[in-house]
Amino acid sequence: MSVRVLEGKDIRRDYHVGGGLFRGARTVHAVKGVSFSVDKGKTLAIVGESGCGKSTLARIITLIDPATSGELFIDGNKVDIARGGLTKEMRRKVQIVFQNPYGSLNPRQKIGDVLGEPLLINTDKPAEERRDLAMKMLRKVGLGTEHYNRYPHMFSGGQRQRIAIARALMLNPSLLVLDEPVSALDLSVQAQVLNLLADLQDEFQLTYVFISHDLSVVRYIADDVMVMYFGEAVEYGSRDEVFADPKHNYTRTLFAATPRADVASIKARLAKKKAA
Amino acid sequence: MALLDIQNLVVEFQTASGPFRAVDGVSLHVDEREVLAIVGESGSGKSVSMLAVMGLLPWTATVTADKMSFAGRDLLKLSSAERRKIVGKDMSMIFQEPMASLNPCFTIGFQIEEVLRFHMGMDRAQRRARAVELLKQVGIAEPAERLDSFPHQMSGGQCQRVMIAIAIACNPKLLIADEPTTALDVTIQKQILDLLVSLQARYGMGLIMITHNMGVVAETADRVIVQYKGRKMEEADVLSLFESPKSNYTRALLSALPENAVGDRLPTVSDMLFEPAPSAAGAAR
Repeated sequence: MSVRVLEGKDIRRDYHVGGGLFRGARTVHAVKGVSFSVDKGKTLAIVGESGCGKSTLARIITLIDPATSGELFIDGNKVDIARGGLTKEMRRKVQIVFQNPYGSLNPRQKIGDVLGEPLLINTDKPAEERRDLAMKMLRKVGLGTEHYNRYPHMFSGGQRQRIAIARALMLNPSLLVLDEPVSALDLSVQAQVLNLLADLQDEFQLTYVFISHDLSVVRYIADDVMVMYFGEAVEYGSRDEVFADPKHNYTRTLFAATPRADVASIKARLAKKKAA
Repeated sequence: MALLDIQNLVVEFQTASGPFRAVDGVSLHVDEREVLAIVGESGSGKSVSMLAVMGLLPWTATVTADKMSFAGRDLLKLSSAERRKIVGKDMSMIFQEPMASLNPCFTIGFQIEEVLRFHMGMDRAQRRARAVELLKQVGIAEPAERLDSFPHQMSGGQCQRVMIAIAIACNPKLLIADEPTTALDVTIQKQILDLLVSLQARYGMGLIMITHNMGVVAETADRVIVQYKGRKMEEADVLSLFESPKSNYTRALLSALPENAVGDRLPTVSDMLFEPAPSAAGAAR
């Protein structure tokens, strides 16, 4: 029996842009009524180009920003951070991994402290236990205990992203929001991080919301896909449905624009070039 | 005859811990009307070798080569003044970050006309007319009005189009594009790639495409060089590279593409790189 970890109903988010001397105030509708749900252990991918509202939606799901209207349920409980604030328990349940592993780690903090900090803030575990848990997590994400006392600049991009993932997992979240976690990484490192994410999902029954603009990655990792365009979900369905039979024009444009690296399409291109 | 011919290029950087060899004996050539792609991960020396050709490396770099000739001229023997006359005119480059490579303090019209003034010696009216024509060619709407825009008033894709306009302003023989679409969305990436390829075909330019994206290679290149840690791993025409990659590294790169995934885990490069070719190891696996 599947358990619904995340559900959003008609989520909207408006930003008010203040007027200046020559311009009146206006309202930007960043997310215009999006509904979705994710079951335990599954992955929802949100696809779209820059400015389509996918990161705004990620901030709402991660409980960083409140939604202007709409209802958000996490583990069946309604959450509204605009009213009633946020408990530590809710903070624990949702964690996020950002796009740029160079920007998301504090350069002055040792890796051990990076991993221990979520426990320090959200739990009252003693230092000894925090240290043990951090060591354990380092091994889990494919790093070693010798990395505990190092600084972020001593790691490569892929290793840093592993650290960011480790930090997000320290509090045993049920939902992990991944905001373009592999788009800053090289192809071979990307494969390693994607494998790690798949391993961790199997081991902890994690639920992922995976934000990306790379369709080949989405096709590989997602169970469900939501395509966003100008703040609206123009397409939402299982991965196979969306990839086999895209309904909306924008989804088709997106598929057509994705470069293909298979032999047949190279042959077609070369033949076309010769004819021209 | 090859447009650009490089034999045994070595680039070393002086660092606190001794010399670091970023490019180690790379040979390559590009013909007129040819699209060459150089593929590799970060640190493979693909950008550095092209910066060496352009003469844009800092003084800490030492460039040596057995041969480095462009359109019949020996680049190694040129003085920097002579080289400046070639760079930006016969040979030009587009960089990865379109927003960062334009000067935020000047209008894009000024930045396009600057090239024309320096290399072509056109007068004001000619430059203006040529700049409008260039913007039209790279597909910017209302080109005459856009000349007075500043880079921050344009989107990333438009800035990249302006960069391309600057690069092709003097009808170069060779265009080097260093990750021209990495910072852009897929839909914009497609437009920029189409634009580059159509310009290349129309003007018969040589085009060197530096990228780490195998999809971009498949969509644009005639011939491909795969680089890893400063060395050339493989050189092949695009079809045979994808059909039957020779080196282990290329094979590993191709199988790490998510669209080629078999089963629920991706093979990673380190899994495959130091194993013998599957023809030899096929029985064991």
